[in-house]
Amino acid sequence: MTTFDKVVKILVDYNDCDASEITMGTKFADLGLDSLDTVELVMNFEEEFGITIEMNEGLQTVGDVVKLIDSTQG
Amino acid sequence: MSFTIIGTGSKVPALVKTNEQLADLVETSDEWITTRTGIKQRHICTTESLADILYDAAASALDDAGTRADELDLIVCATIRGDYISPSLACVVQERLRASCPAFDINAACTGFIYALDVAEGYFARKKARKVLVLAAEAMSKTADWNDRATCVLFGDGAGAAVLAEGDDLLSIKLTAVGNTGALFIPHVGGNCPFVAVQSARPYLSMQGQDVYKFAVSSMCRDIQDVIKEAGIAKTDIAYVLPHQANIRIIDAAQKRLKIPQYKYISNIEKYGNTSAASIPLLLDEANRDGRFKCGDILVMSAFGGGFTTGACVIRWNR
Repeated sequence: MTTFDKVVKILVDYNDCDASEITMGTKFADLGLDSLDTVELVMNFEEEFGITIEMNEGLQTVGDVVKLIDSTQG
Repeated sequence: MSFTIIGTGSKVPALVKTNEQLADLVETSDEWITTRTGIKQRHICTTESLADILYDAAASALDDAGTRADELDLIVCATIRGDYISPSLACVVQERLRASCPAFDINAACTGFIYALDVAEGYFARKKARKVLVLAAEAMSKTADWNDRATCVLFGDGAGAAVLAEGDDLLSIKLTAVGNTGALFIPHVGGNCPFVAVQSARPYLSMQGQDVYKFAVSSMCRDIQDVIKEAGIAKTDIAYVLPHQANIRIIDAAQKRLKIPQYKYISNIEKYGNTSAASIPLLLDEANRDGRFKCGDILVMSAFGGGFTTGACVIRWNR
């Protein structure tokens, strides 16, 4: 599974959203997720990928998160 | 030698403001506040001083404990902002109670009550006290910026108290601090000294919500696991969890990760908002008064707050 696929799976598990509608450009806000949901998801991503992610305003889209995760995986 | 809880008390000020009523004042909505926090209303001091409501909570706890004020060996009060910078809120209440013991405040923000229990344990362990009054009170309405719709709606005012006697019912306790000013701070008042060369900051609460949320969820999970392990109990032994009432979503997120059943969690955030250090003793007193505790019940308390500070403990209810 690619990083993108794993991120989509976590999103679907969290929010029951439609996986086929999610792209790299999808904004978390468009999935009906508020700022606290974003933190929760980041915590889930941290657990899945074994990394630490700082909360910052740059995490707006699925693509932002995928790029961040990929940059930490050596 | 630790302690046992022999009485509890709490008090909130009279004025109640619902989310809808606040929406008349700041640009917010019941829907926004409820979905983000679980809060529906909060109590706010108008004519009451913090000492007024804390005195009532303390008197109520002493009455519940069958203890006279003059029997107290120590009064410890958790608060970030008493009615006075000095005397301490503990001393102001000591005067009104007509107690004659040492009295001091501690500031561990929302974790204050658990820090105060730890302080009290030390006095019992050194055999310097037989009866201790632990207080926690906050008028967060006075620290919030009522022009900031994102934060003023989160908090409420309240006071809680517990009378402790010698015993063995504190099964474990843990405190932590991770210094982080930027994420959650309230600057002090400036004064009018003519030599000060920096501009005073506005004395209102400032918070990075996402950072605090993330810190809170992970600390709560870790601390509860640690104190359960240290107490040598299993999750199934726990009767009730009393988490600091900052935000129901923090509590729910931690609950899901900890896998302690939801029904064991006591909550009253919908009525009071975040009352800082007072939130846990307010929960404790309400649960005590509604008769749900049985003798032998294992209670787990967990809190986090400005500092950052965190704390958790396991206490056996023995009444």
